[in-house]
Amino acid sequence: MLVGPSGSGKTTLLRSIAGLYRPRAGAITCDGATWFDTRQKIDLAPQRRSIGFVFQSYGLFPHLSALENVKTTLGHVASERRDARARELLALVHLEGLEARRPAELSGGQQQRTALARALARDPAVLLLDEPFSAVDQVTRRKLQRELAQLRRQLDMPIILVTHDLNEARMLADRICILHQGDTLQMGPPEEVMARPLTPMVARLVDLPNVFEGKIVEHRPDAPLTLISWLGYTLETRYQPEFLRGASVNWVIPAENVLLHRRDRPSRGERENPVAGIITEYVPLGEHTSVTLHVRGERDHAMSMMVPSHVARRNGLGHGEHVKVSLLAEGIHLMPSAGQDRSALERGGVDGNAYKIYYDKGGSSVARSARKT
Amino acid sequence: MDWSAFALSLKLAAWTAAILVPIGIVLGRVLAWRYFKGKSLIEALLALPLVLPPTVLGFYLLNAMGGNSAIGRLYQSLLGDSLVFTFSGLVVASVVFNLPFAIQPMQRGFEAIPDDIRDAAACCGLSRWRIFTRIELPLAWPGILSAVILTFAHTLGEFGVVLMVGGSIPDETKTIAIAIYDRVQAFDPANAGLMSAVLLGFSFVSIAFVYLLSNRGRRRHA
Repeated sequence: MLVGPSGSGKTTLLRSIAGLYRPRAGAITCDGATWFDTRQKIDLAPQRRSIGFVFQSYGLFPHLSALENVKTTLGHVASERRDARARELLALVHLEGLEARRPAELSGGQQQRTALARALARDPAVLLLDEPFSAVDQVTRRKLQRELAQLRRQLDMPIILVTHDLNEARMLADRICILHQGDTLQMGPPEEVMARPLTPMVARLVDLPNVFEGKIVEHRPDAPLTLISWLGYTLETRYQPEFLRGASVNWVIPAENVLLHRRDRPSRGERENPVAGIITEYVPLGEHTSVTLHVRGERDHAMSMMVPSHVARRNGLGHGEHVKVSLLAEGIHLMPSAGQDRSALERGGVDGNAYKIYYDKGGSSVARSARKT
Repeated sequence: MDWSAFALSLKLAAWTAAILVPIGIVLGRVLAWRYFKGKSLIEALLALPLVLPPTVLGFYLLNAMGGNSAIGRLYQSLLGDSLVFTFSGLVVASVVFNLPFAIQPMQRGFEAIPDDIRDAAACCGLSRWRIFTRIELPLAWPGILSAVILTFAHTLGEFGVVLMVGGSIPDETKTIAIAIYDRVQAFDPANAGLMSAVLLGFSFVSIAFVYLLSNRGRRRHA
């Protein structure tokens, strides 16, 4: 899954894989077949690349019925089998009974499913989805996302999906790739990228709230843990010896690793990085309540956390209340401070000049590398 | 009522429209989607017949196709006939004169096809020819039909170019517009009026048909 803000190059990357956009340099191979290579002067037309593409606007043929839209794509199937196969595909995306409708007579969600069925019709080696859920309402989106998650288990092919919706990425992706201004910043399983961003920029792009600056105090390989200083606190963190003693670092803690201290009865876990602050934002969101506090009352050090709403009520949380929290050492992740992004990229094994995307599932893989232009 | 002049006009209009369909599709499609150096210049050149007085265009065509011109001599040596003051000459002039009426509606028709649909067709594995016949032509169809009807109706009523290039030879170059002019010159208002009325009715019906089509096309894909 490719994730990035508008203009980061997600769609261009997808179009390059499909052969709709010609990169200046690089190579695209899929399952051993070279689709594009500037050195070997190979550039296959989209027709000769084994792809299924779902466009953001779906790109359905408006003058053809849903069935004909799918049938048109079944050029490789014997003509007497096409009708049955097209009906099968439409059934796979739950569109039985709507085969004869034209796109204009289908709802947004139904159009999206038709586009998906059509994309699957070529039995592609890779399925490319360009913000497939952006044009439907919230309720339909959740439903289609669940269906895709399910469909993914039935399909034996890699899926590359472009999105700027992080929840979508977290829900659907095996691996996500964060793009920014045409560069790959980080790639990995969503939990890892979200919990351990390589740089403050990635942390910002994946919308992690709690990013702060601190200094390395010392490493304790025997414990093992690393100590950092921050706002007069000394915090224990996961052992991360790659940072030099005394170096400035950015650190991040995902909201779920910030634990509230019970006000009535202290407990054992509270010795772990205790921090005090004043609640400045208190937003109930149903089951959970989003709480933001200014640590030591400092405006520049806002820390967010999620508290179960019943816990928040029992502890009498509210705007202006003083609270104590623990920062779980294992959840504190260190990053080079903002100015040193490039060295971090190299450390992370991502070459500054080229980037590659591999997507492995069901035995086929798509890789692409491109020199920055 | 000069029926042979009316028949000649219909024949000229049919030939013009038939020749302009492939030319218009090719040029309209290129102009709709391609960007190249000098595109504006070419579009301006193709639109010239819209603004030039037909007599000016007719004058240049007469010179370009006359017995002393390269084109005229080539035609003469190949087919043993003259291009001016003949029906074939009229067809050539009429095609040139109607270029904008054929190309522009078709260009609009192709422009109206979203890029995503063409990209999707390529990603669906359709060959370029299949994309053209199965996707582009049906979607650009209202534009193509408009072009045909406009060209046809416009040729029926053409006067200036026909007069300059064809003269007024019965059954060869005497079209209905020329015949009307003849009747007026001969102080025969009854026949001139009758033929004018036929031309008026015919033109109205065809233009109305163009609007009907374009409105229907817009509704269908809305």
